[in-house]
Amino acid sequence: MRKPASSLVVHAILGLYTALALFPILLVIMNSFKARKAIFGAPLSFPTPSTFSLIGYDKVFGDSKIISYYVNSITVTGGTIFFTLLFGAMAAWALTEYKFRWNTLLALFFSIGIMVPIRLGSVSIIQLVVQMHLINTLSALILVYTAQNLPLAIFILSEFIAQIPKDLREAGRCDGLSEYNIFFHIVLPLIRPAMATVAVFTMIPVWNDLWFPLLLAPTGGKQTITLGIQQFLGQYITDWNAVLSALSTAIIPVLILYVIFSRQLIRGLTSGAVK
Amino acid sequence: MSEVKIEKLRKSYGPVEVLKDIDLTVENGSFVVLVGPSGCGKSTLLRSIAGLEPVTSGSMTIGGKKVNDLPPAQREIAMVFQSYALYPHMDVYNNMAFGLKFAKTPKADIDARVNEAARILQLEPLLKRRPRELSGGQRQRVAIGRAIVRKPQVFLFDEPLSNLDAALRINTRVEIAKLHKMLKATIVYVTHDQVEAMTLADKIVVMNKGRIEQTGKPLDLYYKPANLFVAGFIGSPAMNFLTATVKQGGVLVLSDGQELKVKLPNSCGPGDAVTLGCRPEHMTLGGSGTFKLNGMIDLIERLGESGFAHVRLPSGQTVIAEVRGDPGTSSGQTATLTFDADHLHLFNAEGQRLD
Ligand SMILES: Nc1ncnc2c1ncn2[C@@H]1O[C@H](COP(=O)(O)OP(=O)(O)OP(=O)(O)O)[C@@H](O)[C@H]1O
Ligand SMILES: [Mg+2]
Repeated sequence: MRKPASSLVVHAILGLYTALALFPILLVIMNSFKARKAIFGAPLSFPTPSTFSLIGYDKVFGDSKIISYYVNSITVTGGTIFFTLLFGAMAAWALTEYKFRWNTLLALFFSIGIMVPIRLGSVSIIQLVVQMHLINTLSALILVYTAQNLPLAIFILSEFIAQIPKDLREAGRCDGLSEYNIFFHIVLPLIRPAMATVAVFTMIPVWNDLWFPLLLAPTGGKQTITLGIQQFLGQYITDWNAVLSALSTAIIPVLILYVIFSRQLIRGLTSGAVK
Repeated sequence: MSEVKIEKLRKSYGPVEVLKDIDLTVENGSFVVLVGPSGCGKSTLLRSIAGLEPVTSGSMTIGGKKVNDLPPAQREIAMVFQSYALYPHMDVYNNMAFGLKFAKTPKADIDARVNEAARILQLEPLLKRRPRELSGGQRQRVAIGRAIVRKPQVFLFDEPLSNLDAALRINTRVEIAKLHKMLKATIVYVTHDQVEAMTLADKIVVMNKGRIEQTGKPLDLYYKPANLFVAGFIGSPAMNFLTATVKQGGVLVLSDGQELKVKLPNSCGPGDAVTLGCRPEHMTLGGSGTFKLNGMIDLIERLGESGFAHVRLPSGQTVIAEVRGDPGTSSGQTATLTFDADHLHLFNAEGQRLD
């Protein structure tokens, strides 16, 4: 056991850090419940009965477009997580389990993908998406994000799959499982913590990204929420009520996803510590 | 019928030949134990029978059906791994039922088989537990249960007891012997443990460097080892070997000049170099045997009722003899070892047994 004094210091530091990290978020949420005047007059004070206002939320939810932007964001993030995990795990399994000719070369190719930022290829990606007639579709975004996140996913998942004892896969083979069933019923359940980790790593940048939505789906009602909010930010006037409310509500879906994954994640980080 | 027949089996990893010309028949219902030094290819042979390892050449049949190109599932085998290899994310029941579910076995049938196996192996109170909540011995029983429920033609065991402590190992060994009697199963079993091999086997297969050195009943291997390797491998501590030359008139001359009169087979003539073998349990310290060796006691290992005396001969070679009770002597003293012709083994220069 730690001494109480030193554990107090540790908790103080962690508490301070948490406060620091949460402060801007708190500020956003607080001010989203205030009238415009109060946002500028006293940005640091909590909403009081006299300054309380739901006008921002009214605007956001009154606008059916904004709601569909949420749906777009959720679809894109969800789709990306799904395909990244599915293809990432499958590729990782193939690369670690089967010996074939281009095995090492392929693994190397994927790890290069971790190092080269996908945005360098933006121009060719736009050309490709235009040629495939996918401009202003969510599919374009899901495809690009999946490609962006696959290399790291494969890298992380390979490490975990390599740790599954060989005997276990062979026991599966003796039990009469097909290779697909071994993958889905033995390998996948055992790398769940790793998949949760990958899901969290994947989810947050995708949800927050502005770059590809701007390039690939800027109009046609296929904007994501981060892009959609931009309509409230004008050159001369900005509708701060709406922006803050939209930002506040945008936290919720990621938060829910995070809670779902983190239960797996924590188990993943601590498993192996105790044998 | 679930006879396993292996003919001219070869297996290479790249340029390295791991199994060379294996011929082996495992009769229906028999318990065959593979023994041999580490790295001799026991696991490889077992995994080849299981179909987990493709073979380079040769033929293999199980129950009369050629299985060379069949995947493990269609060979009707069940394997018990040294590491148990239980599925960590399933409880005991599902570990056993898993394979059956994929074989589309009816639910009631699965239930019946799993419960039957659980009853035999005394796993009934543990059916709802996960593998990590079980002790080593319990995990081992689950692994065996998983093999039983599939009703395979052949059971394959790869050192199933080596992760257990001594007491549990003896217990489980007895359980396996009973199980074999009850199920009348055909079993191929790999082990490092001599006692396991001697007690469990109907037939022992001694392997060395990818070859089968000898196949036979446990006591045959003990009393009539076919060559020097088997003679040295079976029995613990190992058989003592003395080099000698054949002289005119059926007399052997040991390296220290001592002459021994033994019955020599016709095949050896004067001048031949031979090796004499005698097990420690057939040598006595100061007894009344026909042949005598003088030396100095290096060490006496006491195991309780009996023990082993390590005696250094003038030639520098150390010979081990079993001592019973109080030997009345201690290390550093001179001693005389005696032995009889009855328990002598004779091998020619190529290491083959002479009878
Ligand atoms: N995948 C492989 N690639 C190359 N060589 C291998 C491979 N697997 C095993 N071998 C070699 O084959 C030989 C036999 O291995 P095997 O595992 O059958 O030995 P074993 O008799 O079971 O030994 P132990 O008693 O230590 O388990 C060893 O020399 C080993 O190095
Ligand atoms: Mg082995």
